[in-house]
Amino acid sequence: MATADEARRRPWPSLVGARPRFNRWSALALPAVVFLVVVFLIPLLAMGLRSVTDPPGAGLANYEQFFAQDAYVRVLTNTFWIALLATLACLVIGYPFAYLMTVVPGRFAGLLLIAVLLPFWSSLLVRTFAWQVLLRDTGVINRFLLDLGLISEPLTLIRTTGGVIIGMSHILLPFMVLPMYAVMRRIDPEYGRAAANLGASPLSAFLRIFLPLSLPGVLAGSLLVFVLALGFYITPALLGGLRDQMISQLIVQQIQQRLDWGFGTAMSVLLVGITLAVLFAASRAVRLRDVFGSSVGED
Amino acid sequence: MSDSWRQPRRVLMAALGALTVFYLLAPTLVIVPMSFTEARILSFPPEGFSFQWYQRMWTDRQWSTGIVNSLQVAVLTALLATVLGTLASLGISRGRFPGRSFVNGLTLSPLIVPVVVIAIGMFGLFVQWRIAGSLVGLVLAHTALALPFVIVNVSTSLQTMDRNLELAAANLGADPRRSFFHITLPIILPGVLAGAIFSFITSWDEVVVAIFMTSARFRTLPVEMWEQVRQAVDPTVAAVSTTLLVVTTALLLLLVVVRRQAPAQ
Repeated sequence: MATADEARRRPWPSLVGARPRFNRWSALALPAVVFLVVVFLIPLLAMGLRSVTDPPGAGLANYEQFFAQDAYVRVLTNTFWIALLATLACLVIGYPFAYLMTVVPGRFAGLLLIAVLLPFWSSLLVRTFAWQVLLRDTGVINRFLLDLGLISEPLTLIRTTGGVIIGMSHILLPFMVLPMYAVMRRIDPEYGRAAANLGASPLSAFLRIFLPLSLPGVLAGSLLVFVLALGFYITPALLGGLRDQMISQLIVQQIQQRLDWGFGTAMSVLLVGITLAVLFAASRAVRLRDVFGSSVGED
Repeated sequence: MSDSWRQPRRVLMAALGALTVFYLLAPTLVIVPMSFTEARILSFPPEGFSFQWYQRMWTDRQWSTGIVNSLQVAVLTALLATVLGTLASLGISRGRFPGRSFVNGLTLSPLIVPVVVIAIGMFGLFVQWRIAGSLVGLVLAHTALALPFVIVNVSTSLQTMDRNLELAAANLGADPRRSFFHITLPIILPGVLAGAIFSFITSWDEVVVAIFMTSARFRTLPVEMWEQVRQAVDPTVAAVSTTLLVVTTALLLLLVVVRRQAPAQ
């Protein structure tokens, strides 16, 4: 890195001369990198190490223990299943909405965007609590249906897989809509007009022009929702029953209640591994930048 | 495609849109009127009108210290994440160094790794470092979660800014520091403020990492709420929820104002 003396002689090193391997701007990234390595990366690596050394000499025993027990494997398949259902629910609700955002006049599109961004940024715990209040046996939905006389006794909505899917898809919907909208708004409306001029019906113009062009957004949104859903903890814990347990709940249980760090960290490594594997497999079809870029508040 | 629409399809789409907006907003907002109930249990529609649950929230020591702790953690997180993140954005978007893609990936990975895993990883080491269950530990943890939001926002501002302005400043004799504080920083300020606001919200609402990083002596508002909602719930929780929502929404409105002030680029 340049010494102070050199720096004084060449105040704008990146603009002139041969390209060095480093320039002065680079140093500015250092504090954040050191911070993340110490606070984020090292703890994760230590966790991985612990999964094979706790109890001493564990090796792969913690992992074997996981796959040897049907109950644990069932939690894993259940996690996939719930994540998949939540993704499908988001897709079904989100696609028409993102489409609507691209075709309405700008002012309305802005309002619809706010309707997506407000829940996106409001507390996950509060929203899950709201669903708890809505879905309970004595909750808002059951009271409403009872008062209308549509049902004679409360429906079991909470502590069911359905309850978990409803809550999770509500929370994850913005993550589906935003990447889809980012792709759809870039589709040139002229294509649709050209199709119509050439005699295509609106439906066939949609199916043959808009839908295929919007697929990258669909993939990006689905991937994001699925990956995030895999790691959900709060929502299944409050809205699901014992049979709806997801892997995050199992991890917390092992660490907090059983203090079984070896097994808990092994399952954590498994969850990260699965998440990364899904992302890696999908990275051939989707630009990961599209997936995460639109989910962090820009646009 | 919009001009080839026929009327019924339009009505159908509008109805679907309205329904989705309702689905997005209504379930959360149902909490707000319930927090003003006179009844001793959560009910909808609420009975009567009173501020008693807000009073309870302010006077109950657990809740009120929770609010203070949450505000402290969120402000410190926003400060630390904004400084580290803004510097990092400058380094990443203008720097040239080996391993840039590693740095890029590292700064975004707190978004990708499941938060339960992050919580457990940090908790394991923070206990050994003796900062678990303290303000310092939680601020460090939340800063890691918030950094990606700052970096994405500031980097976007940097990418859209016209660097000829800096060249002009240099030609007119400004040294790099002067040019940074007088030219670059004012231009990217909306992105920096957006990053600060998102960091604050990230910390303010965060519960999973906080569950591990707090203790009976030091609890934040969401953790206190998490402890309560798993037991019998009284309407105080609705008042707390409303408080959490109001703070977040106010900050998002502030963000809209900040973005509107941004110079046209």
